[in-house]
Amino acid sequence: MALSPNSSTSRWFQLAAVIALAGVFLFPLWQITLEAAQFPGGLQMHIWINKVSGSDKHIVKNINILNHYIGMQAIHPESIPELKYFPFVAYGMMALGLLGIWINKVWYYGFWFLLLATLGALGIYDFYLWLYDYGHNLDPKAPIKVPGMSYMPPLLGEKDLLNFYVKSYPHFGGGALGLAVVLGFASFWAKWKFNKMQ
Amino acid sequence: MKFRSLRMCLPVVLLLMLHACGGTDTNQMMEGDAAQQAYVAPGEYDEYYAFMSGGYSGQITAYGLPSGRLLKEIPVFSQYPENGYGYSEETKPMFNTSYGFVPWDDSHHIELSQTEGEFDGRWLFVNGNNTPRIARIDLKTFETVEILEIPDVAGLHCAPFITENSEYLVSGTRFSVPIPQKDVPIDTYKENFKGLINYVTVDPEHGHMDLAFQIEMPGFNYDLARNGKAISHGWSFLTTYNSEQEHSLLEVNASQKDKDLMAVVNWKKAEEYLEQGKFTERETSYFHNLMDEGSGIVNSTERSTTRILDPKECPDMVYFIPVPKSPHGCDVDPTGEYIVGNGKLSADMSVYSFSKIMQAIEEENFDGEFDGIPIINYEAALHGIVEKPGLGPLHTEFDGRGNAYTTFFISSEVVKWDVESKEILDRQPTFYSPGHLVIPGGETRNPDGKYLVAMNKITKDRYLPTGPELAHSAQLFDISGDKMKLILDFPTKAEPHYAQAIAADKIQPNSVKFFDIESNTHPHATMGESRSRVERNGNEVHVYMTAIRSHLAPDNIEGIKLGDRVYFHLTNLEQDWDVPHGLAIQGATNAEILVMPGQTRTLLWEPKRQGVFAFYCTDFCSALHQEMSGYVRVSPEGSDVPLKWGLNEELHNDEEAALDFQENARKLAHNR
Repeated sequence: MALSPNSSTSRWFQLAAVIALAGVFLFPLWQITLEAAQFPGGLQMHIWINKVSGSDKHIVKNINILNHYIGMQAIHPESIPELKYFPFVAYGMMALGLLGIWINKVWYYGFWFLLLATLGALGIYDFYLWLYDYGHNLDPKAPIKVPGMSYMPPLLGEKDLLNFYVKSYPHFGGGALGLAVVLGFASFWAKWKFNKMQ
Repeated sequence: MKFRSLRMCLPVVLLLMLHACGGTDTNQMMEGDAAQQAYVAPGEYDEYYAFMSGGYSGQITAYGLPSGRLLKEIPVFSQYPENGYGYSEETKPMFNTSYGFVPWDDSHHIELSQTEGEFDGRWLFVNGNNTPRIARIDLKTFETVEILEIPDVAGLHCAPFITENSEYLVSGTRFSVPIPQKDVPIDTYKENFKGLINYVTVDPEHGHMDLAFQIEMPGFNYDLARNGKAISHGWSFLTTYNSEQEHSLLEVNASQKDKDLMAVVNWKKAEEYLEQGKFTERETSYFHNLMDEGSGIVNSTERSTTRILDPKECPDMVYFIPVPKSPHGCDVDPTGEYIVGNGKLSADMSVYSFSKIMQAIEEENFDGEFDGIPIINYEAALHGIVEKPGLGPLHTEFDGRGNAYTTFFISSEVVKWDVESKEILDRQPTFYSPGHLVIPGGETRNPDGKYLVAMNKITKDRYLPTGPELAHSAQLFDISGDKMKLILDFPTKAEPHYAQAIAADKIQPNSVKFFDIESNTHPHATMGESRSRVERNGNEVHVYMTAIRSHLAPDNIEGIKLGDRVYFHLTNLEQDWDVPHGLAIQGATNAEILVMPGQTRTLLWEPKRQGVFAFYCTDFCSALHQEMSGYVRVSPEGSDVPLKWGLNEELHNDEEAALDFQENARKLAHNR
């Protein structure tokens, strides 16, 4: 059966994991869509590993204009430190991944996969903290104040926020990161299985 | 107005018609599914844009077809306080002419730019009748971006007819006058009055217009024109009336001859003569007003020479053909072979054949000459006569299937006939008295023969009454079948003469949503709220103001004095679709300005009283639009109130800091 790995299977999986991880530079990690009657097609904000963009080049500016009515802080991508150092973390993980192909040891594959999964989880937690901060840390002089209302977008899923219906889901880059974790595990599994067969 | 004289005989003719037909029940004309055909569901788009001239309004209106919904009024030849066109400092020069600032005109004929005989959706041209001018509208922004005055002519009715690759806009003078102008008795018309046919080039890349040459013609009234296409490309055809050369009571005296003359111009030949230098250069004065794309500022320049070609010295360039009695339109079919002369006082319509005209010229089959211009033998050039089609034929367009459709003003109907056989196929009444009609692409090589709109001159009882002055009425017909079918009746803004309609997909994808603020090169633009400021230079004050939802910056200004001229330069910092901001100031004696996202516009305000005056945004831009306002304090002349401004802060005066900021930003932008 095809499930019996040979000596190079783990290396192929690891290479595939590194290639998948490179996808975080090609696609946004996450997409937040704001839907309202006046915005046909919705406003799409894309969170990348190193920048924030959207369905058009002025999306951040236009979302900031809308957000200032409820006293939300303006999003200034250039002042979010994570967008500066996350790319280096990703490069580092890709380098460590390539090193794994050379080392080709079961413990190393396990270490790499666990490290990537942990960093991914921390990244999502960090994203959650930013969303929480944007949603709760509101200007007390905001023109529109709804008692008891906070505006934290969902981390994953959909939610009504005043006139907007907000959808938040991983984009292809987020999918690529998930795939890299799965492939990292696959190389660990393949090496482990191969060693057992010997 | 052109049809005034005909209106007088109308009641009699209408009565005769009604009597003869026993009346027409218009309700019965609408067939069962007609409403369905003209229905465009909420959220759906129309299939065509129809651009209608505004006649005495001086503007253009854009309608959707088949719904008949008004999409926009485009200000062209008349000041438009609604958005500040012609009032803002940027757009005022658009109205400069050799007569000074002329804030109104009479727009008649719409011409869309063409490439290889088809509409390309780039520009729209329209004539100003009274102070002879041609305007260009950019169809990316639906804005008037250029106006060129035509020198020495009077009443530029016969304009601006386009050639099949937009090489030229051809026009002729409606009223002949002394050229150049001089103080002579009016009854010396025959010896002193002349006409001109004008050729204006269109730059294929930017659309800029330039007067190439003028042909000096006998003093007739040049009425309408068309240019040849396909086989007849390179030729222009212009109808004339008043070949009697009368100067008073024209309705009688200019209607005496059985036939007037149609001018046939070989413009390729004219180009050769121009090349050979066979023109005379004449001193004159005319204005060219062009909007700069980056700043939106209109630059106005006076030009002083024109090149005249004289047919007497340039043989084989101009011919005449007799055409029945006081013609209006002369229309060229999609093949370029047939030319229809609509003799408005004639019982029959003459259809000419281009190849027969060429043959007659070849064989010198002439019937004398007028002022040295050979008159081609009428019968030799004739394809045939459409017999008794109706009364008062004005204008013909084509469906691309070999059929022609002609409006009849006096008998108030549209008649469909076969161009080849001249046989009448169908007739439908219109309500009432149509002038022009339009079929999408109906004057091009490739008409889209699906709909026809008849634009009527008389409205009367078609809609709920609105006092003595009424909107005009238009009827939309489905012409895809054998018989024309009335599917919609809709009022139009005054007063469409001609219209052209174009498939929406040739315009819609190019429509600009907002101006890119990084491309704004306006010298008084304010690139960011922190750079907003007030500068004084003698009694001239410049307010560098920004607008973004939902505030103006600065919104408190002090230190203005009576006698100041205050220029509010408002930059709209938004970069999103459909977020204009406006500015109105109490006591402004001009208008408001409406500023599109990324754009800068300037309103001049001259305070008349001391006190504190409010200004505010006029476009309901956002939920806090009502809060988008401010105050300006006006002190007496010679007062020592210092110049200060601010937004939500203590008023300050850090002009230098703002200027440094601006200067550095400019440098940065320049280096990038």
